[in-house]
Amino acid sequence: MKKILAIVLCAMMVLAAVACTGTASQQPAKFKAGFICLHDENSTYDLNFINAAKAACEKLGIDYVLKVNVPEGQECYDTACDMADSGCSIIFADSFGHEDYMIQAAKKYPNVQFCHSTGTKAHTEGLSNYHNAFAAIYEGRYLAGIAAGMKLNEMIAEGKFTAEEAKIGYVGAFTYAEVVSGYTSFFLGARSVCPTATMDVTFTGSWYDETAEKEGAQKLIDGGCKLISQHADSMGAPTACENAGVPDVSYNGSTLSVAPNTYIISSRIDWEPYYEYAITACMNGKAFDTDWTGTIATGSVKLTDLNTNVAAAGTQEAIDAAKAAMEAGTLHVFDTSTWQLKGETLTSYLADVDSDDAYTPDTEVISDGYFHESEYRSAPYFDSNLTIDGINLLDTAF
Amino acid sequence: MNSKKALFHISKRGELPWLKVWLIRGAAILLALLVCSVLTVLVTGLNPFAVYGTMFKGVFGTARKTWVTFQKLAVLLGISLAVTPAFKMRFWNIGAEGQVMVGSLACAAVMITLRNYISSNLLMIVLMLVASLAAGALWGFLPAFFKSRWNTNETLFTLMMNYIAIQLSAFFIILWENPKGAGQIGIINASSELGWLPSLFGQQYLLPILVIALLTVALYIYLKYSKHGYEIAVVGESERTARYAGIKVERVIIRTMVLSGAICGLIGFLLVGATDHTLTTTLVGGRGFTAVMVSWLAKFNPLGMIFTSFLLVFLQLGAKEIASTFFLNESFADILTGVILFFIIGCEFFINYKIEFLKNDRKGA
Repeated sequence: MKKILAIVLCAMMVLAAVACTGTASQQPAKFKAGFICLHDENSTYDLNFINAAKAACEKLGIDYVLKVNVPEGQECYDTACDMADSGCSIIFADSFGHEDYMIQAAKKYPNVQFCHSTGTKAHTEGLSNYHNAFAAIYEGRYLAGIAAGMKLNEMIAEGKFTAEEAKIGYVGAFTYAEVVSGYTSFFLGARSVCPTATMDVTFTGSWYDETAEKEGAQKLIDGGCKLISQHADSMGAPTACENAGVPDVSYNGSTLSVAPNTYIISSRIDWEPYYEYAITACMNGKAFDTDWTGTIATGSVKLTDLNTNVAAAGTQEAIDAAKAAMEAGTLHVFDTSTWQLKGETLTSYLADVDSDDAYTPDTEVISDGYFHESEYRSAPYFDSNLTIDGINLLDTAF
Repeated sequence: MNSKKALFHISKRGELPWLKVWLIRGAAILLALLVCSVLTVLVTGLNPFAVYGTMFKGVFGTARKTWVTFQKLAVLLGISLAVTPAFKMRFWNIGAEGQVMVGSLACAAVMITLRNYISSNLLMIVLMLVASLAAGALWGFLPAFFKSRWNTNETLFTLMMNYIAIQLSAFFIILWENPKGAGQIGIINASSELGWLPSLFGQQYLLPILVIALLTVALYIYLKYSKHGYEIAVVGESERTARYAGIKVERVIIRTMVLSGAICGLIGFLLVGATDHTLTTTLVGGRGFTAVMVSWLAKFNPLGMIFTSFLLVFLQLGAKEIASTFFLNESFADILTGVILFFIIGCEFFINYKIEFLKNDRKGA
């Protein structure tokens, strides 16, 4: 046994020696950014980040490191610190569960900028080198909802079903504010053109579960839903729609390839403008927003690939008109005159904007006749207490 | 005479001298590296030496990387140690994943539910430890009890217990989620650091590494020199012999599985209390199954497992480094790992058996 141990130790010493000699070459320091992703490019969610990261770094001509499959645990902290050790001046992470570990790393490396997409804590954490970012994706959802409403109207006009039967189905991940804000704005967009529309929502309890998403969509279709949309990252719902011949409004990017006969349009966040903004500020040594919200105007909210074979006639024009009204400030997605809660129009709502363990509502978010989404922090706070009339949650286990 | 002659025949060999054994193993590793090099050049066009160099850098490149390597090594080694006594007894416990998971769950449960009632860090840590050990032990006890009482199949039983543990954790994660609807609980007690194990000499991972080091030595002694260890070995060789020798087999099975489960619980405690400070369903991340391989490769010898678990951690971390440095998909790194493991496991065949090529010129008799 001793001999074996001796050999093992010798082998380890040799390995260590090789490791040391391998690191000799040193190049002059170039600006370097780090990117941490929860999954790899097989997830539509992460692919959206990876593409933006590559595009921004190539445009700015900087070095970058990209780490995929980093779980939402201690490994995120270790990876972020490791990137800081290796000379990254700015480090991005893409998944909600990375946030606590990014904050820890930010405390450890005060001279490195840490940026976390979809997080909620930067505006209360008080760290000058920790940032959150999100986009006003509810605007994109609303516009995609218009395409859905137009399609419903077309099917009603064709006599496929009556106006009262115009029910939408929605596959969500969790009853999390980001999802609630997404399906509510989508529904409001649809109802703005198809006033009799209603919507059933089901939750899968996972951000990525192809089987559950497919089954969820099928359940909604069996329950009489005439059109499907989703907030979950797999091809599950689009595939179920294609099999059943039910139109689908997608998310995170085009799903035209798997559903050429049913895919209508998709909304997504383009992270490239944020990456460019943050990296450029960091390169110039300037402070940048603690909490940044991208909009249609910054190019962060995008609609992709309107499928004219499936979409109703005039969809593009209707979307363009609504988009112009949004940019002009005359159209607000969460205009309180367009929705009610248990038959009442809200004039006041305290949202949980500042994170705490007890979810204490702390900020008044309704004023000037609309709900101010993503203004008091970038991450959505239109939460699950606001199930507006017309939307029916089939299950709320998650 | 038209009967076909076999080209070679295979026979079991006796014990080889250790030098020869390690020469075979060394040759296998070299061959594996060679095949990987050819594969790398063919598939990616990269210089294989640059790829190997990057692997070493990913594992030992900086002080932080080295600490992470040893922390991961400690966790995998710890779980491998946990499954070993049961394996020696020929009790096929593939439930380590679930046993670690319930240990983590119990630890997180104490940290979350008692944080408003207990302010003493020491008391908190003691309660966490007790809860984790008990939960892991229970997860080991159940299949052992059913096995000894009704002779149920322990492989299926322990496998299914994994899913129960993971689903239970998923349920409690939703129950304790923060913020509401997010489906995750974040870092537990982030501001108070209540129930966090202390950093020794400013190194967060030193304490778990030391605990596992002690455990390795203790388990080596337990298996090799204690009466219990002897009983385990006898039961593993032959249950009938054990009964004839007056060993209470049922008791040995239950006692050993409770020990296995409790060690898994301890790893769960270290994962939540010392490193991750959170609970996710992927916290154990398949290491409960990898541990089976580690234990087998080391022939159930706790000291040998230091080497085999190091090998697997090295491959895993090195693979991650290759994937990000060369912008390869992580699947390519998995392929390299697969090739290397194939050779390492395959070479055991040549250690246990010999192949004799039969000469063709033996015509007639």
